[in-house]
Amino acid sequence: MILGIETSVERVGVAVGDGRGIVASAQLSSDRRHAESLAPMIAFVLDQAGLAPTDLSAVAVDVGPGLFTGMRVGIATADAMAWALEIPVVGVSSLDALALDAARGDDTIAVALDARRGEIYWALYRPAEGAAEPVRIGEPRVSPPDDVVEHLADRAEDVVCAGNGFLRHAEALAAPWMHVLGAQFAAPSAEAVVRIGTHRVAVDATVPAGGVQPIYLRAPDAEINWRTRRESR
Amino acid sequence: MSAGRTAADPVGGGRDITASTVVLAIETSCDETAAAVVMGGNDVLSSIVSSQVEIHARFGGVVPEVASRAHLEALVPVVRAAVDGAGIDTHRIDAVAATAGPGLVGALLVGVSAAKSLALAWDKPFVAVNHLEAHLYAGLLDDPTLEFPLVVLLVSGGHTMIVEMRGHGEYEVLGRTLDDAAGEAYDKVARFLELGYPGGPLVDRLAAEGDPDSVAFPRAMLREGLDVSFSGLKTAVINHVRANPDVSDADVAASFQAAVVDVLCAKTIRAAEQTGARGIVLGGGVAANSALRAQMAARGSAAGFRVALPSREMCTDNAAMIAAAAWHRLAVDGPSPLDCGAHPNLRLAPVPRSDRNPGGQR
Ligand SMILES: [Zn+2]
Repeated sequence: MILGIETSVERVGVAVGDGRGIVASAQLSSDRRHAESLAPMIAFVLDQAGLAPTDLSAVAVDVGPGLFTGMRVGIATADAMAWALEIPVVGVSSLDALALDAARGDDTIAVALDARRGEIYWALYRPAEGAAEPVRIGEPRVSPPDDVVEHLADRAEDVVCAGNGFLRHAEALAAPWMHVLGAQFAAPSAEAVVRIGTHRVAVDATVPAGGVQPIYLRAPDAEINWRTRRESR
Repeated sequence: MSAGRTAADPVGGGRDITASTVVLAIETSCDETAAAVVMGGNDVLSSIVSSQVEIHARFGGVVPEVASRAHLEALVPVVRAAVDGAGIDTHRIDAVAATAGPGLVGALLVGVSAAKSLALAWDKPFVAVNHLEAHLYAGLLDDPTLEFPLVVLLVSGGHTMIVEMRGHGEYEVLGRTLDDAAGEAYDKVARFLELGYPGGPLVDRLAAEGDPDSVAFPRAMLREGLDVSFSGLKTAVINHVRANPDVSDADVAASFQAAVVDVLCAKTIRAAEQTGARGIVLGGGVAANSALRAQMAARGSAAGFRVALPSREMCTDNAAMIAAAAWHRLAVDGPSPLDCGAHPNLRLAPVPRSDRNPGGQR
């Protein structure tokens, strides 16, 4: 059984399941009370599934990009649990999880999460086509919404778009060939994190506790300011 | 409660907390990632501290987002090192504790989340610890023969307070800084003298080469109450150096340090006299300062008090003190709920024993 943790967006999600499907899940629109909610939600979901922590074989966790503090709450929780139970961890990008939920037909998938400061975190995916999860094209990026429109226009094809990045920047991100999915696809789900975790455990794409890398995509402000000051000297 | 009870006595409380109860604690409130394993509230089996000082040095202070990232990276290696170093199997761990505040919220959340997760995975109690209360326990960890009541001078980059500790979990803040913490004053003076960061050890080192009597810097409120203030002193240092550009930095550092230490010693000894304390204990990062240690030892004993100078490792932030405080917290209050978050502005509140144990005799 694989535990999935989703804390890189405003809401908190926990799910547990395996190759046969999701056994139990919970979701809380918590307004960023990630740290307070997460441990009790894990206890609740395991209890509902009739599982003990020792029944888990891996922990999958959303490693961003997303809310820095939320990501760290999730990763610290996943790392500690995996270390305590001597099981591996799978780091799942928030954008990968979103793309899995959004995948349909043969259309290219674009996913975008609000990154604040007028920017979005985004990535493009090719549909699954026999593969367990959509295949990412290139690296995830952070940029103003206009960059995505330019990038997609170059591809001259229909694109399925998902994520709160598209919903919150609807004016900047609108074109006839963009099919923006609704609010139920606004954020990655813990179920998707478990499903991706299950695939990756099956192909041995896991790391030991403490080995997952958060995907920040942005340096801390102090770091940026320090570099700018140094370069201007 | 007899006045002669030593700090090593278990508090009781009806729970199964004994001299063999093992606590694993995590501390991530500021710029040290620390983990420790402590048995029975005073037997330190391991204490690992991973410092971020070098990471923050170029910014001239602790940067919260940088600290949070570094805590997450260090977390598993530090916890693993603490458990390995203790030479115990994880099944022997009876409770998992973490600092819940005060401190940097994002940094605290890394440790709190990890500790709750370990507790959940092992089905053991979680204990949220007040970082300031833990500093009070650091001295007792070093010397379990200390007897209550004690007066603790807690001085660090974030805090300056004089606390009366009458028993476990029973304390009162008698005096605190009205403006800068002592460590903050050191950092500001070090920055002004262009010595670098962190300021405490650098000023201390330079002061050893100077004359502490060369400049008569003000001792604010030396004769009034038990509160302290350092912002005027910092301004006096800056004004003096600007007016006397040729003055020796070593003399300025020594005279500044003499003023800080003089005020801290005078107020702490007065607090001990007023409360009838049996001893004086130093705690916090600034308690590693050589002049403060020497003067407090000399003046405190001259005034008839036993003076405890915990090791540098115990004075600065560590997780052994968190585990010690957690053991007592567990014995008196029991575990903390798993929906505990971080409390960046948590205060050291006096906890009257009678409120916790209404009508009961301990
Ligand atoms: Zn401290």
